[in-house]
Parts: sequence; structure tokens; C-alpha cells
Amino acid sequence: MGKQAAILKADGLHKAYRMGTARVKVLKGVDLTVREGDFAAVIGASGSGKSTLLHILGGLDRPDEGTVSFDGRDLSRMRARELNRYRNEMVGFVFQFYHLLDELNVLENVLLPAMVSRSIAGWFMSRRVARRRAAEVLEQMGLSDRARHKPYQLSGGERQRVAIGRALMNEPRLLLADEPTGNLDSTTGNGILAVLERLNQAGQTIVMVTHDERIAARAERTITLADGKIRE
Amino acid sequence: MYKLKLITRYLLKRRITHFAVLAVALCVFIVVVVMTVMSGLVWGFKQNNHEFVGDCIVGTKSLVGFPYYEEFAQVLERTDFVTAVSPVVKNYALLRPDAIDVTAGVEILGIDPVRHSRATNFAQTLYYRADNPAAAFRPLYDPNALGCVFGIDLALPKSAMGQYAYNIRPTRRAYALTCFPLNARGAPSRSASMVATQRFFYSDHSHTGIARVDGSTVYIPLEQAQTLCMDGELKRVTSLHVKFRAGAALRPSCARVRELWNDFRQDKQDANDAYLLDTVTVESWKEHRRASIAPMEQEEVILSVMFSFVGMTTVFIVFVVFYMIVSHKTRDIGILKSVGASNASVMALFSGFALVVGLLGSGSGTLAGLWFLARINQVEGWLFEHFGWQLWDRSVYAIGAIPNRIEPGLLAVIIGCAITACQIGALVPGYLAARLRPVETLHGSRT
Ligand SMILES: Nc1ncnc2c1ncn2[C@@H]1O[C@H](COP(=O)(O)OP(=O)(O)OP(=O)(O)O)[C@@H](O)[C@H]1O
Ligand SMILES: [Mg+2]
Repeated sequence: MGKQAAILKADGLHKAYRMGTARVKVLKGVDLTVREGDFAAVIGASGSGKSTLLHILGGLDRPDEGTVSFDGRDLSRMRARELNRYRNEMVGFVFQFYHLLDELNVLENVLLPAMVSRSIAGWFMSRRVARRRAAEVLEQMGLSDRARHKPYQLSGGERQRVAIGRALMNEPRLLLADEPTGNLDSTTGNGILAVLERLNQAGQTIVMVTHDERIAARAERTITLADGKIRE
Repeated sequence: MYKLKLITRYLLKRRITHFAVLAVALCVFIVVVVMTVMSGLVWGFKQNNHEFVGDCIVGTKSLVGFPYYEEFAQVLERTDFVTAVSPVVKNYALLRPDAIDVTAGVEILGIDPVRHSRATNFAQTLYYRADNPAAAFRPLYDPNALGCVFGIDLALPKSAMGQYAYNIRPTRRAYALTCFPLNARGAPSRSASMVATQRFFYSDHSHTGIARVDGSTVYIPLEQAQTLCMDGELKRVTSLHVKFRAGAALRPSCARVRELWNDFRQDKQDANDAYLLDTVTVESWKEHRRASIAPMEQEEVILSVMFSFVGMTTVFIVFVVFYMIVSHKTRDIGILKSVGASNASVMALFSGFALVVGLLGSGSGTLAGLWFLARINQVEGWLFEHFGWQLWDRSVYAIGAIPNRIEPGLLAVIIGCAITACQIGALVPGYLAARLRPVETLHGSRT
């Protein structure tokens, strides 16, 4: 397969957490390259640092050591504004526990990344385009008839699809998903995986975290995280 | 954009925000009502003092008075900024009603009622002769008798609600006023008895609204006062009350009067009894009535200070509410930041939220305040009728109705302060929220 250029590169990532007086080293030198069009699964035992790694890749956390570069640009050298833009436009993040805003309905949750980056005036200028994109995403996720519902009215699988829809809203180059099926029964989980596979076939680059070998097997590339290091 | 949406959603959803709005409204309500009443009182009190003395007073504290006043009055009347000048003799006297053995000490003001009505609001304070001040000293029951005007509290009894027992016509009453005439050297006159006594008939009463004046002043004709209280070749008065043209600025006009007076004194240097002119000062009405206005103003300042504490309470309430919202909503803040919201926009979310709380709170508080003020006198009257409770005893205080004139400027200041207080209260929680790192807030929350 003629692989595309690397879009995300992690080099020698270290991360430790302070637990009282002790320091728990979670990542001890992680190197990783993600190429355009990849569907990579990061697998590892619970507590092995998968979420930590994904957060660092998504610009939600900083490594103690090492660098993450996106399109050749080092995240740690980005200004706050650029980092906000990175989170807003370059990557879409799907959390294990959906993390939807309860006060907003499905449509508004999906629109959130588009709203966040715009002023009120800017929003009124571009809201038609954004609405069309959101409708398209909801259609893709099979949630068109749920647009006006609130998160508490949805099932777990539906919520996760809303979360994926939100992550896709701004057409990010990279989709990061942290155990997107971890909270769902296997049928519903399979539905979510099918959605991700379809997205990947359409060209979406995806990095997915899981601790389930069978799910990892569905990805085209499996990365194992153990003892704070990567094995491929 | 999401800010607007979240602000409205939070406001509609969270009961705690309703409490914040309510708390702000309550503070604003209290401040609006009390400050309006207080500033109304102070304003009315100043107004009364101003109208009682005119704009500017050329006078001496000495009861001996000063001569050549009529000449200086002419100097003033010739200028373009003075519209009226009224010479006044102020002194003290013993007042004794005919056939009753009760003698009281009173202050007497000798005035020309027409000139004094031009310089001050004397005519408006009268009851029977309000339309015809020239006849102020002519009793209705006997126009040829020598009349005097009493301060209203000397003349009429007053009910608990502050209503005077007015009579349709003045009752015929005679009084003896006794004074100690002073010569130009300030010594008692050498006339046989050393005192001068004159009988007057009650002709009218004057209601200035200044308790001390209304309770102790008797107005008599200027010439009578001069013969009763003064002795000497040259006629003297203790002050000239000056009224300026409408729109003339107070301070510069007083300064001009002061210049004119200094020139006048120079000219009179070698005249008889010229030394009496040295005790004369020129004061604006504010300076002249300083002693009675200052305590009032001080009370207003103290009240403002106390209300700044109320303001701090508002800040604190908003702080607590917002702090609670931040700690309830850390997850939401994490989500917003994970999709790219900047620190500044999270901060703006909270300050916008505070703005809405401030606007709604101060808006409803102001409306409630205005509503209450419009009815405050009714409410007080009702309370008095049913429970005998009164804000202040009208038989003691010279205040009539509770003032409820709304000052837009004051209102704007109060609303501005309330909104600022909300902003300050939201500042720290907003800052804490903005500084939250997305991972910290999302870690471990599972909804
Ligand atoms: N903010 C934090 N503070 C302290 N310790 C943390 C923090 N985040 C993660 N850890 C610790 O780091 C380790 C790795 O956590 P992480 O969430 O990355 O694991 P994981 O592989 O995603 O596990 P799981 O499969 O259960 O989600 C764990 O031991 C966890 O307790
Ligand atoms: Mg995890």
C-alpha cells in the first residue's frame, strides 16, 4: 500500500504523575508516527497510559519530555492561540465517556466546535454553512431525527455517535478516539466501529485506543503500549 | 456564539442563578429605596435652606449690625446679575402673650415683606398672605393693627401625622416683644428702662420646612426691629439677602459681590461708624447655612459608605454562586477547551453570564424599587393607621411626606455599581475556570 506522508509524529514522550510523594511514570519514551489515512489502534492494559498518550497527541495535555509534531510543527512551541486552533480544527477528540454538554441539544453539541471558534458576528455570517455541515454529520451518524433531543434522552451508543459527530464537525485531519466502544455492549460497539471503518475508508485518519484485542484487530495497524513504551 | 447559548441555557436551567439574580435584585431594591429617600431628604433640606436665605448673604454675626446698607443695596441692584436685595435685622427677644404669664425667648427677623419676598421665598411660606406679602404684617381681623408673622410651630399645634391645625382666619392674639437695643458701640442703650417693648398682633405664620426656624422665629417689620433692637443715629441692619438673576453661577456671582463690597468699604473708610463695616462678610447660601446642612450631608456620606458594604455583599453572593457554578461545571469547561475554546473566551463566558445576572438583577430590583417608592407614602400611611407605626414622628420633624423623587443619575450609578459588583464577583471564578486544564477536568468524570 502506498503510504502517505506522516501527519503526526511523537518522539521520546515521557509523562509521570505525582501520587502523593511518589512519582508514577506512565510514559517512558514513546515514539509514534501516524500517516495520512491510517487507522491505528493503541492497545494496552488498563492503566498502561493509553488515555494519557492520546491526550498528549490531542494537545489536551503536555508531555514532561519529548515532542509531538503535527505537519512538522512542534505542539510545545505553539502559542495558546495556535494550540486552540489545533484542538479546534486539526484534531477531533472522542472521549470514552462521551462528554456532551447536557444543556445543549444534539445539533448544538455537534455545532459546538464551529461555534467556539467564531464571534457572534462571525457565527451569523457562517451559520448556514455550519448548519449544513452539522446536518450532513448527523445524517452520517444516523441521528438526523434526533437533532432536537437532549443528551439525557439518548442511549449510550447514540451519545457516542453524537460525540463522534462533534469531533468530525470541523473536518479534522486526525480523529482521536479514546475507547469509543468501552462503555457500550458489543452490538452497539460494533456499530460504532463500523462507523469508524467507514470514515477511514473515506480517507479519515484515525487513532483509536482500546484494551480489547478483538476490537484492535479491526484496525489496520495495532500499536501496543506496555511498560510505558510502544511495541508495534 | 456558544457563549450566548450557554448563558441563556444556564440561566433558564439552574435555580442557583435565579437566587443570584434575586440577591442582586434585593440589594439594588434596598439601595434604590433608601438612597432615593435619603437624597430626597437632603435635597429638600438644602432647597429649604436655600430658599429661606436667598442666594448670597452680606452680613455680620454681630447683633450691632452695620450702617450704609441701603447704599450698598443700590450698588448691588445696579448690577446686571442681582435681581433683589433685602435688608434684614436679626436679633433675640422675649415673647409674652397678652394675659398669659409665659415668656419665651425667640429669634426675631425684621424684614420688608415685599423686598424679602423678592430675595427669598418668604411669600410662599405664608398662609393667609401668600398672594399679598405687602400685607403680611396687617392682620386680617384688623388691618390697621401692627402685625407679626410667627414661625408655624410657634403658632399652630401639629398632629402625629404632621398635619397642622390650620384656621380659616387668624385668631386675634396680641403679644409683647421685648428687646435690648444696642448702640453702635454694642452697649445697651442708655434710655430709661434699658429695654424696648412693643405689642404685636398675630397676622400670619410662615412655614419654611426648617424645624429650627419654624419653631423659634418671629418676623416683624424692618423699621420696628430697628427701633426695638438698635439705637443710634444711623440706621443699621445685620444682613442683606441677595438674589441673583436666574442662571447666574453661584460662586462667581458671590465673588463679584465680595469685590463690590470691598470697594464699597474702601469708599466708606472715613465715614461715621465705618468700623462696623469690618465685621461684614459675603457668603453664599451654602456657606451661610453650612452649620445646618453639613450634618445632613455627613449622614448621606455615612449612608453611602454603609451601602458600599451592601455592594460588597452583592460581590460576595455573586462570587459564591459563580464559584459553585464553576465547580459544578468544570467538566463543561474541559469540554469547551478540548474543542478549542480559548482561556479568554471561557473568561468571557463567565463575565457575560455575570453581566446577564447583573442586568436582570438590577433591572428587576430597580423596577421593584420604583414601584415601592411610588407607593411608599401610601404604605406608611397604612402602617400608621393600622399599627401606629411611623418612619419618623411628624409632630417632631419638619418633614412632610417621604421624598420619593427618582433621580435618574443616582439610579444609573446604582445599576452601574450592581453590574460592576457582579463582574468583580465573577472575576475569580471565571479566572479559575479559564485556567483549568482540559485533562484535569475531564479525568474521572463519566457522563
Ligand atoms: N491526572 C492524573 N493524576 C494522577 N494520576 C493520573 C492522572 N491521569 C492518569 N493517571 C494515572 O496514570 C496512569 C495511566 O492512566 P491512563 O488513564 O492513561 O490509563 P489508560 O491506559 O487509559 O487506562 P484505562 O484503560 O483504564 O482507561 C494510571 O495509573 C492513572 O492512575
Ligand atoms: Mg483510558
